[in-house]
Amino acid sequence: MDKTINIKLKVWRQAGPKAKGAFETYELNNISTDSSFLEMLDVLNEKLISEHKEPVAFDHDCREGICGMCSLYINGHPHGPDSGVTTCQLHMRKFHDGETITIEPWRSHAFPVIKDLMVDRRAYDKIMQAGGYISVNTGGMPDANAIPIAKKAADEAMDAASCIGCGACAAACKNGSAMLFVAAKVSQFALLPQGKVEAARRVKAMLGKMDELGFGNCTNTGACAAECPKNVSLSNIARLNREFICAKLKD
Amino acid sequence: MARIDELLKGDIITAKIPEGPLAEKWTNYKAHQKLVNPANKRRLDIIVVGTGLAGASAAASLGELGFHVLNFCIQDSPRRAHSIAAQGGINAAKNYQNDGDSVYRLFYDTIKGGDYRAREANVYRLAEVSNSIIDQCVAQGVPFAREYGGLLDNRSFGGAQVSRTFYAKGQTGQQLLLGAYSALSRQIHKGTVKMYTRYEMVDLVIIEGRARGIIARNLITGELERFAAHAVVIGTGGYGNTFFLSTNAMASNGSAALQAYRKGAWFANPCFAQIHPTCIPVHGTFQSKLTLMSESLRNDGRIWVPKKKEDAEAIRAGKKKPTDIPDEDRDFYLERRYPAFGNLVPRDVASRAAKERCDAGFGVNATGLAVYLDFKYAIERLGRDVVEARYGNLFQMYEKIVDENPYETPMMIFPAIHYTMGGIWVDYELQTSIQGLFCIGEANFSDHGANRLGASALMQGLADGYFVLPYTIQNYLADQIQVPRFSTDRPEFAEAEKAVNDKIDRLMKIQGSRSVDSIHRELGLVMWEFVGMGRTAEGLKTALEKIKEIRKTFWSEVYIPGRRNDLNVELEKALRLADFIEIGELMARDALLREESCGGHFREEYQTPEGEALRQDDKFSYVSCWQYEGEGKEPKLLKEPLDYEFVVRQTRNYKA
Amino acid sequence: MTWLSNSSVGRKVVMGVTGAALVLFLLFHATMNVVVIFSPEAYNAICEFLGANWYALVGTLGLAFLVVVHIVYAFILSVQNYRARGKERYAVTERQKDVEWASKNMLVLGIIIVCFIFLHLYNFWFKMQFVELQHMAGADVDLSRVTDGAGYVRELFACPVYAVLYLVWLAALWFHLTHGVWSAMHTLGWNNSIWMPRWKCISKIVATIIVLMFAAVVVYYLFAGLCGGAACAA
Repeated sequence: MDKTINIKLKVWRQAGPKAKGAFETYELNNISTDSSFLEMLDVLNEKLISEHKEPVAFDHDCREGICGMCSLYINGHPHGPDSGVTTCQLHMRKFHDGETITIEPWRSHAFPVIKDLMVDRRAYDKIMQAGGYISVNTGGMPDANAIPIAKKAADEAMDAASCIGCGACAAACKNGSAMLFVAAKVSQFALLPQGKVEAARRVKAMLGKMDELGFGNCTNTGACAAECPKNVSLSNIARLNREFICAKLKD
Repeated sequence: MARIDELLKGDIITAKIPEGPLAEKWTNYKAHQKLVNPANKRRLDIIVVGTGLAGASAAASLGELGFHVLNFCIQDSPRRAHSIAAQGGINAAKNYQNDGDSVYRLFYDTIKGGDYRAREANVYRLAEVSNSIIDQCVAQGVPFAREYGGLLDNRSFGGAQVSRTFYAKGQTGQQLLLGAYSALSRQIHKGTVKMYTRYEMVDLVIIEGRARGIIARNLITGELERFAAHAVVIGTGGYGNTFFLSTNAMASNGSAALQAYRKGAWFANPCFAQIHPTCIPVHGTFQSKLTLMSESLRNDGRIWVPKKKEDAEAIRAGKKKPTDIPDEDRDFYLERRYPAFGNLVPRDVASRAAKERCDAGFGVNATGLAVYLDFKYAIERLGRDVVEARYGNLFQMYEKIVDENPYETPMMIFPAIHYTMGGIWVDYELQTSIQGLFCIGEANFSDHGANRLGASALMQGLADGYFVLPYTIQNYLADQIQVPRFSTDRPEFAEAEKAVNDKIDRLMKIQGSRSVDSIHRELGLVMWEFVGMGRTAEGLKTALEKIKEIRKTFWSEVYIPGRRNDLNVELEKALRLADFIEIGELMARDALLREESCGGHFREEYQTPEGEALRQDDKFSYVSCWQYEGEGKEPKLLKEPLDYEFVVRQTRNYKA
Repeated sequence: MTWLSNSSVGRKVVMGVTGAALVLFLLFHATMNVVVIFSPEAYNAICEFLGANWYALVGTLGLAFLVVVHIVYAFILSVQNYRARGKERYAVTERQKDVEWASKNMLVLGIIIVCFIFLHLYNFWFKMQFVELQHMAGADVDLSRVTDGAGYVRELFACPVYAVLYLVWLAALWFHLTHGVWSAMHTLGWNNSIWMPRWKCISKIVATIIVLMFAAVVVYYLFAGLCGGAACAA
């Protein structure tokens, strides 16, 4: 039942942020097709450790596709060739025997490499800190059912809120733009009455921060949405544009 | 040791529970506690370690109050803490469904679900603040599921007969954490919270008997750094990864808790670990972690194994498919054994029932270690669309991992380690036995007794962080306003840093032949076999022996590549594993001591003729607290008696 | 209004608005061109109407302004976006299946279009409106092309080289427009999940109509020329 394959890996190795990186090639045999991509990398690392070499550094944590920690640009796709999954949910059955798999870190001016395949994604946190919230303090809230919210709006807000902040959108974008990430948060709050109160302030602050951090300009290619592991829709970007233009016109 | 004197009468611990009737304790406490005025708050520093539901909500709330907060997390962003992976929902006693829920019923269900091993006053407070959590989250923009009328929807969960669980698709933990993370982000922007990402706490610093700071390792540079504060809060989650394979995230660890333990905080009920019944079964030796399938699936899925052994054997051999077994040959064992709760019995009961069937030879999957969770009936009853709307994302996740379509063939599930009810002992104020050290969320032992009900972890984490700690910590800090900020040049910091340095040096020098993971895997196998779902005195003694050997192997044969002052993932893992070994030993020790079965702790010697857990209330109605006595020495057992003033203890019955 | 230059969405709004205006111009221009097939006289009347009159000149200047802004912003955005991608480039890239080829190659398509605009301006504007302007300034110029635009069109496209060059240009224009039209709407915020496929469809229809109208004139005179045995004289 258990099928195995032999593969060749071309992995980006880079000792530190300032060091020069290069691809290294490794061969792995008898990888079970039932194992996940990261489990395959675990096998590679075990092998490297047994040869007293430094293992490949890569980000990962929950390994169930929700924390957004894992990254990797695999064979030209963020999170690999499968759709609607993160790298940790990608399984080796998506690859064939003898295949060469190229693994690169996210490449974007705003996501500098830390080591090997690890990148610094704090830029996304900074965008959130600029305005990705509803300004309420803890305590003294009205009853949760005090404001009815149309199911459709709540569901749409949930779809936008499902963003895991992994950075695949900016990594996939030929312009290095973080628009889908910003749009998802702006949309979630713009769709809910609680968030509408400061919607104009929020969209200006978040977008301003995104531009300041050196992300690119969106040109609506849709690569972000096509690669998003959570299938966040491109229409959120239209909403972000709308919110931003309205906010600016009102100024 | 004024703090210990305050808490201990002989070997008996008191938890500083306020006087008065159960329902008035928290109100009374708040009315009489000491507070810190706004001008003084700015002068007080608080370290919060961890950014999960408890840590993030605490850091944000304390920041809002005006304290100066230093918040640490090991991931690249506070949003990645493992609370994010909670799927099913969060409980609250709102009674929006008019099905008879109340604060008391939530309290009662939680006490009963915990098999009468939780502290009454804490649990009541938890139930009391549960409603405020929902209000808070809605105000933050958490997109909970709603009905067409625009009001909030609820679903039912194990261990309860009411629908009190609020949810956001199958991503409730994510949405709640993002809510807390957004509140935290707001405070970071305002400058009240200073965030340190990719920093790992490696030791606690005690000055004159009080927790006054931490040593943290910058995971990018590998440097050790010192941080001082007036109080330290630990919210670093559970220690389930002691088992190597668990539903915890890869980096989830018990090290912060163990550092506190080594500095004098009591470790309470370490043996209470929850085994979640619905996880995707183990599929290979290369496996790195187990994936949970939300308990909410048990709302509509029916759990079964074949009635006939020959069918089970044929399925294991791949000769038959589950869909070949007719209904009359299927054993819906939970519905058979527990007619009143059926598939919605608490987690410990469901897990043990699955193990019982598999041990009896009715297990499926090639390994024989799996049971079916079938949605055929739900699809017939509700239609595929409804099932897809409710569980679509979970089904998709299952299909990606297992490569089988759960709409067509039943899912395979098996229990796995999921949550640890045990943890650092705290009093009513969430303060540990070290003055100035607080512990919140899964990291403390608090509210779940011997078993946690589904959708209660999120409730507890947020209750601690939003609505309990911000009050109780002030009662401590009110006395600290005259204390100036500490210099990190003090000898206590230097000493703690040196100890960590020495430990790292020792690890780096071993240069053996075993990888960290290979030793961790070995520990996990021992834990699962002897300290897992069914425990015996003999097995636990074997475990203690084997853990000793593993400790020896680790400290003599581990190989850590790379340099210490660099990003070094293997070194991080080794430091955590060193602590998991100690925790594993503590778990086995505690399990051996507790000669009864209760909740997640099942001693095979203590069971009813039907195989149900048999508590020994006369002997073990206490919290077992372990006090560190020094390296290589046996820890000392202290007890906090659990006197039930308001609830009558009963044998848990989910049959009728 | 500084946001139109110092914010990413503002810059995109400028691209969208100028682009949309140019699309409207193209529609008008193409409609006017088709007239030549049915009635060269009517076409010449239009040419006269749009000759060196003040309103035509203002229109021309406005149009030039739109084109320049569109191009300048395109280069600014491209440079910024190139920088945002970082120094190190991906070794392997693959286009996602839902992503239009045109959307990732707008700059290249734009450059092709601009190059042909120069040719086009030389062919027509320089020999018609510009000549007329020179004439008004008192210069001694040949006004035959100004008065008989239709004849000039017939003469130009009878030459297969020009005809093919113009068809290549129109193909690039088609790709540019299929992305440009819906993208402009998207940038201006007039889009959502329901309208996304509709706008994409409308983009293709608009692009096709514009390009077909232009191409019809080219092809018509090319065949007319081939049958009549004309040679390249322009």
